[in-house]
Amino acid sequence: MTRRYSALSLFKEGLAGQTGWKQAWRSPEPKASYDAIVIGGGGHGLATAYYLAKNHNIARVAVLEKGWIGGGNTGRNTTVVRSNYYYPESVELYGLAHRLYEGLSKDLNYNVMLSQRGMVNLCHSTAEMEIGARTVNAMQINGIDAELFSPEDVRRVAPIYNFSPDARFPVFGGIWQGRAGTARHDAVAWGYARAASRLGVDIIQNCEITDFIIEGGRCHGVQTTRGAIRAERIGMAVAGHSSVLAAKAGFRLPINSYALQACVSEPVKPILDTVVLSPGAGVYVSQSDKGEIVIGGGLDRIPSYAQRGNLPTLETVIAGLLEMFPIFGQLKLMRQWAGIVDVVPDSSPIIGESPLPNLFLNCGWGTGGFKAIPAGGTLLAQLLATSKHNDISRPFDLDRFASGRLIDEAAGSGIAH
Amino acid sequence: MQLFPCPFCGPRDETEFHYGGDAGNARPDGADVPIDRWADYLYLRSNPKGTAREIWVHMSCGEFFVMERDTLTHKVLSSTALGGEYAA
Repeated sequence: MTRRYSALSLFKEGLAGQTGWKQAWRSPEPKASYDAIVIGGGGHGLATAYYLAKNHNIARVAVLEKGWIGGGNTGRNTTVVRSNYYYPESVELYGLAHRLYEGLSKDLNYNVMLSQRGMVNLCHSTAEMEIGARTVNAMQINGIDAELFSPEDVRRVAPIYNFSPDARFPVFGGIWQGRAGTARHDAVAWGYARAASRLGVDIIQNCEITDFIIEGGRCHGVQTTRGAIRAERIGMAVAGHSSVLAAKAGFRLPINSYALQACVSEPVKPILDTVVLSPGAGVYVSQSDKGEIVIGGGLDRIPSYAQRGNLPTLETVIAGLLEMFPIFGQLKLMRQWAGIVDVVPDSSPIIGESPLPNLFLNCGWGTGGFKAIPAGGTLLAQLLATSKHNDISRPFDLDRFASGRLIDEAAGSGIAH
Repeated sequence: MQLFPCPFCGPRDETEFHYGGDAGNARPDGADVPIDRWADYLYLRSNPKGTAREIWVHMSCGEFFVMERDTLTHKVLSSTALGGEYAA
């Protein structure tokens, strides 16, 4: 079994010429049945399996992944971790994720490189400052750290912003969350995979679901490209492909799938040590530890399953970036990509039992799933283990669309999607 | 830039168009529509991977139409003005 990572193990392996490292997780053949199946080997799916084993002592678990783990949206996001949401339900949810992120490297014995460098959401007018003050007050009342920044504060954390008098998006202040930051996205997937595998979870890649096994109106497992696999408890965390699986299970979801693009520049020397979001430009920016400028923006407005994104949206994002930071005009873009995100009308996730009994949902995170991975995993694991909601996941059940109790966090997504 | 075919104007830039939801999502009628039916109409979507039939509007001329499109390849299969079989 994989050994524990530490400074000492690093030192010893260095002396041994790095020849003694073991595989970080096992790749077993699928068994015929498990206590629980998790569909989707992204961050949410792997975290679900890990917390099933750790919190609920259910380790006969399989994670079934169509491609390779962390190859979907977990490997395609802009790595931002934050909890600056408005409604109390959202604060509970994203606050849980944020706290778990803060202890994640130690919990998983895997460095997820959480860097709490702070994030500022800019306000570009007096009216936006009033809304900003309201958001900051709401966050503070809900127990989340937040500060209302003056233009001088913004200048202190982001001196390279375009503060010129003729700037299209002038700075009147901003919403600051000091505990926000970034984490290494691949490490989150790999860390959960390794920790889950050590607890006995089978991680099975290149295993696509072709159908559900439905008997007596209940889900009893899945048909896959690697044979039938049975379980009485099945969770799915497949983001942009949730509707595709739902169709196989015989129901529809309040989801539209869209491409969300991001891009990075060539690596440059340290120049931006925080995350800056401009609602006016529709762009947010940070600098990775390698030095690349990481750039994100709004959705492509055309429903899509193509993981690439279209030029007009990229053009808008880059135009916005240059308005915010004219100095970046010299940068060369190195890569551009897109992930397929599951957008829900109220921009809040769906966590709960599906219309097909025994099948549980973790989807609808839309443009903001990465920051929520530890919470999504914890809450889906509890549902699978106990069939009961945690108080935190209850408001996010699918039943809110019939009851009308929507949690409209359109503003919480930061960018107008 | 992708070109979408407006039935009235012909091929135009994708940025001139706005997505309007699934085609054929008829509004329930009557006073005793059950709540689940309303939720279905308002929120549930087919969201297919592959061929989709969608309502679009060309914002430049105001034309509403049904576009058949592949959501994986983005290939446009057909474009039909609302009216005739789609008339209200």
